[in-house]
Amino acid sequence: MAEQGVAQVWRRIRSIYNIQGNKCETCGTHYFPPRPVCPTCRRKGQLEDYQFKGLGSIYSFAIVRQAPDDFKRQIPYVIAQVELDEGTRLTAQIVNVDPEDVKIGMRVRACFRKIKEFGHSGVIVYGYKFEPTMKVTGHDK
Amino acid sequence: MSNRVAIIGVGMSKFGELWDRNLRDITLEAGMYSIFDSGVKGSDIDGVVIGNMSAGRFTGQEHLGAQAADMGGLGDMPAYSVEAACASGGAAVRQAYMAIKSGEHDVMLVLGTEKMSDVNQTEAMNTISVASDWEWEGMFGATFPALYAFMARRHMHEFGTTEEQLAKPVVKNHANAAHNEFAQFQRPVPIEVVMKSGLLADPLRVLHSAPITDGAAGLVMCREDLAKKYSDTPVYIESSEQSSDTLALHDRPSITTIGAVVNSSRSALKEAKLELKDIDVLELHDSFSIGEIILTEDVGIAKKGEGGKALDEGITEIGGKFPVNTSGGLKARGHPIGATGVAQIVELALQLRGDADKRQVDGAEKGLAVNIGGTGATSIVHILGR
Repeated sequence: MAEQGVAQVWRRIRSIYNIQGNKCETCGTHYFPPRPVCPTCRRKGQLEDYQFKGLGSIYSFAIVRQAPDDFKRQIPYVIAQVELDEGTRLTAQIVNVDPEDVKIGMRVRACFRKIKEFGHSGVIVYGYKFEPTMKVTGHDK
Repeated sequence: MSNRVAIIGVGMSKFGELWDRNLRDITLEAGMYSIFDSGVKGSDIDGVVIGNMSAGRFTGQEHLGAQAADMGGLGDMPAYSVEAACASGGAAVRQAYMAIKSGEHDVMLVLGTEKMSDVNQTEAMNTISVASDWEWEGMFGATFPALYAFMARRHMHEFGTTEEQLAKPVVKNHANAAHNEFAQFQRPVPIEVVMKSGLLADPLRVLHSAPITDGAAGLVMCREDLAKKYSDTPVYIESSEQSSDTLALHDRPSITTIGAVVNSSRSALKEAKLELKDIDVLELHDSFSIGEIILTEDVGIAKKGEGGKALDEGITEIGGKFPVNTSGGLKARGHPIGATGVAQIVELALQLRGDADKRQVDGAEKGLAVNIGGTGATSIVHILGR
């Protein structure tokens, strides 16, 4: 038996580290996480790996103030649905910003961060979070 | 094949934090009350189906079908549990409905149960969050309240829904629960208290959220032609429909509507040959107050975006055109996850029988319940008539 979380995270590393999903070449829809079947085209679908660019904007968000132990040290933190430029949405934390400054529509880009630990002796999970693009490039002034 | 399916008995355990009772005690209590209410003997029952989300994580016990048949002294009969997250109770009702309608079973006991207070708050939160897409939402820090907060913030953004409107289902449902002796919170709550309660995940507050609850609910259901033999006041399931949507909230084209609810409520009305205006009383799944607002719209009581306005106008209060959650809803009756879908049907049956005491909707003849799982990946709708 694997240490808690190890296999569960390891087999998804390409997606969690690099935002790798897939794209249905038949209908042109992008999927993240990668889907085993295109729900629109089903057996006519042709799914190819796709590397997302990691740019998007905030579709909706929450400021989490009560969280399970794995996330307690981070509260309050911003969790959001990010709409990627390819059209698909994912759920991720927003960092490098004061929670009070986060807005729907804010442009964000992916960054690589520690996500959580599986308890005291479990694996440490790294992966994507998002940060405001303007703040990084200094274009917000 | 039987035409309709009758509900001839209803029963509930007390809902609340029941520290002195374990899973089998509360399940048995609901089952016994519903059997006593129905007039059937234990030997008339030919099957048991239980709605339960996660007894294994909450209490360490699974195999609840066998447990219920054993503890209830029902002996040798088919007994099993079904799971559809927060819609597990509705799924159990639907399983029994289909089993009886098919002719395979004649009289069935339906139970919904969840014992949530035997684990600490963190473990309870973790267990609830597996109703969403845990690998792609929960693991990245999206708590269950955070997912509903996404919906609430987007609803406020798109339609101008206010914080006051977000608080209104809570005030209404607590006022209703004050007249429900089985409810967890049998007291009103002022709107200022709701609006100042602690933040869980902005914009959602503690009092926007259904509580952690222990509780069980039960029904005795049978073939239509047997109903009068046992009961003078049977009510009937006019239709039972179920829809699914994406597991993860972020995969839906819109998060201010729950497509599975739109589809299943429309098809349930069609199947029952009814229109919404024929419905006298509703139980809508308000695990968070934004859920009741969205469901009010998706069922068709209000136009999309005007669920808050419907609350302002009092349409969903007892005495209004479409009373919603006369029982107190998940918020104030309590939300023992697997029991909720069954408890909704208990409330509708009481309303249609005229047994709902001070919360009675005068002359209620048709009732509709929407029980959803996760953030709406499952929706189960039942319409009852008398």
